[in-house]
Amino acid sequence: MSDVQVYTPFRGGLPRLGPYARELWARRQFALELARTEIRTENTGTGLGQLWLVLNPLLLAFVYYVLTSILSGKPGGGARLAHIMAGLFVFYFFSSAVVGGAMSILSSSRLILNTAFPKMLLPISVVLVSFMRFLPSLGIYAVVHVVTGQPVRWQMLWGIVPLVLVLVFATGLAMLLATVNLYFRDTKSFLPYTMRVWLYLSPVLWLPEQVRGSLAFLRWANPLFPLLGSWSEAVVEGRAPQAWMLGAGAAWAVVALLVGAWALLSREREFAVRL
Amino acid sequence: MSSLSASEAFLGVPPVEIPAPLSVRVEDLHVTYRASLERRPTVARRLRRLGRGERVVREVHALRGVSFDVLQGQVVGVVGANGAGKSTLMRALAGILPPTQGRIEVHGRVSTLLALGVGFNAKLTGRQNVTLGGLAAGLDREEIARRYAEIADFAELGEDFMDMPMLTYSSGMYARLAFSVAVHMEPDILIVDEALSTGDARFKEKSFARMQELCAQARTIFLVSHGLSTITQLCTEAMWIDKGALVERGDPAKVVSAYRRFLKVGATAVTQEDV
Repeated sequence: MSDVQVYTPFRGGLPRLGPYARELWARRQFALELARTEIRTENTGTGLGQLWLVLNPLLLAFVYYVLTSILSGKPGGGARLAHIMAGLFVFYFFSSAVVGGAMSILSSSRLILNTAFPKMLLPISVVLVSFMRFLPSLGIYAVVHVVTGQPVRWQMLWGIVPLVLVLVFATGLAMLLATVNLYFRDTKSFLPYTMRVWLYLSPVLWLPEQVRGSLAFLRWANPLFPLLGSWSEAVVEGRAPQAWMLGAGAAWAVVALLVGAWALLSREREFAVRL
Repeated sequence: MSSLSASEAFLGVPPVEIPAPLSVRVEDLHVTYRASLERRPTVARRLRRLGRGERVVREVHALRGVSFDVLQGQVVGVVGANGAGKSTLMRALAGILPPTQGRIEVHGRVSTLLALGVGFNAKLTGRQNVTLGGLAAGLDREEIARRYAEIADFAELGEDFMDMPMLTYSSGMYARLAFSVAVHMEPDILIVDEALSTGDARFKEKSFARMQELCAQARTIFLVSHGLSTITQLCTEAMWIDKGALVERGDPAKVVSAYRRFLKVGATAVTQEDV
């Protein structure tokens, strides 16, 4: 029994990162299984069952398409529908990962009080759930992309880069908010409104080129601007995204991950007495 | 005791015993919860409080300077009134609650059965929950698959029930499966908190046998129970905790009778049983 654990008082600060990372890696299957379980059980009561995974985003995209068509006074055409869908699907993946992630620690109080494990698994697992729910909507997008006559080119593969960056950005934010929500429980009540505004400030219902004048600050102040902008350029228009967008998106993602991981790791040992 | 030790004593040589390796060492352990009197800590309330200059944090000193060593292969019974700090001590040993002061050293892997079916999802089948529970405890999929038959046999629910959602289980069946998962994790240290009281008499006997088997393999067991006969039958030593302090420790029969005198109850059927 070489494996000796020593517990001493909590003083803030980070745990030893090596052992923590090993422990986290050893439980990766647990995070995955938690996510799968969530997906498997969430729609068991409804008539259409797992079909809701694709119906939800489809209906939502249609609602926003109608809304933008009415606001602009003319039907939007296929390109706009494709753009709204592509952006909205990724945005809803992001938003459900962050909102769910923010609640992930608080809602697992029973598990935390009775099992010792790296708490970072909880927000990660929620992000995985959102990602798994997002994947089938890519299939719908593919159909719409072809039906509305958008170009099919190899450059569309560039879309993988912003998608991974959104995943990283969402994970960081989920960790940060899961921690903050333990100390200020109002956080979760603000989130739905924040997300709604964030959607309108991101290039989902409009195109990245459309921001000018006093709104130009969104290009650098909104992390989702470069992330969703480059996603749309790659996937909808089939061209390599602008380099500054990928660079800015990557910077936001890395910063969010570092800050989120630091916040969670430095407070994690105190979680059990904060629940 | 024996004539051998008497003769050794006569020769002036103290009897030499090779002590079993250390399993758990607790030094001057204090655990304090900072219970906020507010049910939900929110920014608004915090601001209001700042304005009035009041503090609403009340400290609950759950453990006050507990120290002990436990060697491998011991079954330690823990008794004490409700709120004495037993569960807090168990959570601290499992690494769930950080000490406020003092030090805990744990040699080996800990498996906990602090509350029944933690990490279980009632919408999943028994079989899926064995996987989930095992992953939560830190095993990997292959190890769980290898132990599955043994776990299912031990719980004796029958194959039909193993493939039914756990929603359909009675509380006793639920408890049996949870117990079975916990004792098959091959822990070096098993911590059981009030979990034997659910099964029927036959299952209780089986659980006893299994725990004895575990100690024979030099595992250490901590058993919290209000069933005083369980403690005297099963444990090699006992601890009595009151108001966060270790009052007495030693031979289970002695500790239990001291505790009984304290409670001013005789050895009635009620105190003997796990009710």
